[in-house]
Amino acid sequence: MKSMSRRKMVTTGLAAGAGLAGVGVAARLAERYGLIPPDHRGLYGPGETLTYAAQRILTSHSLAREFPRGMISKDPFANATAPANALFKQHQANGFKDWQMTIDGMVARPMSLSLADLKMFPVRSQITEVACEEGWSYIAEWIGTPLSEVLHAAGALPQARYVAYFSIESDWWESIDMADALHPQTLLTMGMNDGDLPVPFGGPLRLRVSRQLGYKSVKYITRLTVTDSMKNFGKGLGSASPEAGYAWYAGI
Amino acid sequence: MTHWLTVVCFVLLLVTGAEIVISHPRFYWGEVGNVMTRPLFTLPIPASRDTVPTGYHFVMPDQNGWSRYLHFQAAWLAVLTGLFYGVTSLWNGHFRRDLVPARADRSVRAFWNVIAQYIRRVPASDADARSYNVVQRVAYLSVIFVLFPLVIWTGLAMSPAFTSAVPVAASALGGRQSARTIHFFVSGALLFFVVVHVAMVMVSGFGSRMRAMVTGRGVVDKERV
Repeated sequence: MKSMSRRKMVTTGLAAGAGLAGVGVAARLAERYGLIPPDHRGLYGPGETLTYAAQRILTSHSLAREFPRGMISKDPFANATAPANALFKQHQANGFKDWQMTIDGMVARPMSLSLADLKMFPVRSQITEVACEEGWSYIAEWIGTPLSEVLHAAGALPQARYVAYFSIESDWWESIDMADALHPQTLLTMGMNDGDLPVPFGGPLRLRVSRQLGYKSVKYITRLTVTDSMKNFGKGLGSASPEAGYAWYAGI
Repeated sequence: MTHWLTVVCFVLLLVTGAEIVISHPRFYWGEVGNVMTRPLFTLPIPASRDTVPTGYHFVMPDQNGWSRYLHFQAAWLAVLTGLFYGVTSLWNGHFRRDLVPARADRSVRAFWNVIAQYIRRVPASDADARSYNVVQRVAYLSVIFVLFPLVIWTGLAMSPAFTSAVPVAASALGGRQSARTIHFFVSGALLFFVVVHVAMVMVSGFGSRMRAMVTGRGVVDKERV
């Protein structure tokens, strides 16, 4: 213990200093390249940030696994009935003819689209798995308009970093970064397994985010907002999930 | 140091993992599984979600949110600790010197001899107190090079983002639900190892083993004096 003192202390000190500087530089770089999630503060911030940053580096363009038609689950589990919401019930009674989705925030052309308007956009379908944070999962075919098409039509500004999306149920909203918002499998979903999207599965309009867990695929979408920061939304943690104790990033 | 970090991580992963399982205590094989499909087996416990039919008439408190945050944070710490341990152990010869069984011990018979000594409760010799016997070496190597990698792999195979980049991580295991089921059993195997490991430390003298771990010195010589 005695003999190692000075040299060891100097080297240890230098190593610690270099380490701290390294962490500082890494944090700056991570911020610059969009590797810091909105819920990076707090007790679980380090783990959340590591997961988000690592997966963004690894998966920025990768496609969620797609499955053959034969693997579509015959009896999928909806995990919901219809929202107990008077406004929703009105829309449902009306066959969702008057359903509107507004797009605002950092866009050149704010707009409001009906389901018929949305169906004028190019339509894509994909057979992907919905995995719930609880552990269960099912496979279905999802049919809809890529969110990227709508963002292009509205003219999302280059400084946009997140798209926040809101359900007709007021406490249900989420956000994703542009990597997921512009991802070809992120669909404003209106159809499921060759039919209209049933209400328990999010009909008439659900945003499917295929590379994240089911809770990011918010049902009954009425509004999209393009933004460069999540600070002014709710408690500033990125979505309703972290406010309820769940991770904002759910690619796990 | 890495040992105690691993202990902390293991306890956190075990507790939070159990909390996560409670939200859906059913296990499946293959790609998909949910309450509409037949489970491979079901744990006989109530769930923390009312959508899971368990046969119980009450729902446990739901702790999934922070459990998931903490599970992945502890997993990161465990993986980083493991990497540090792995690199330094390769570097300083710890694997080669202390964990790979000595040439003379690389036989089934040598393995059974040690087991027989345990069963007959032969007191440990000085050599045993200083280094690991062949059964210990095989157990440690299996944990480090089989169970740890497998538990990490099956964990990642449940990530929709990770499998988008590396689809074979899930498909090679037979699908997402198979990965979840294997993850559960490997965690069980790790728990079994820890229980036996702690029991062995208790039997061989908890106090002296702890002193040896903290100071890094063998206890044999000192106790002789």
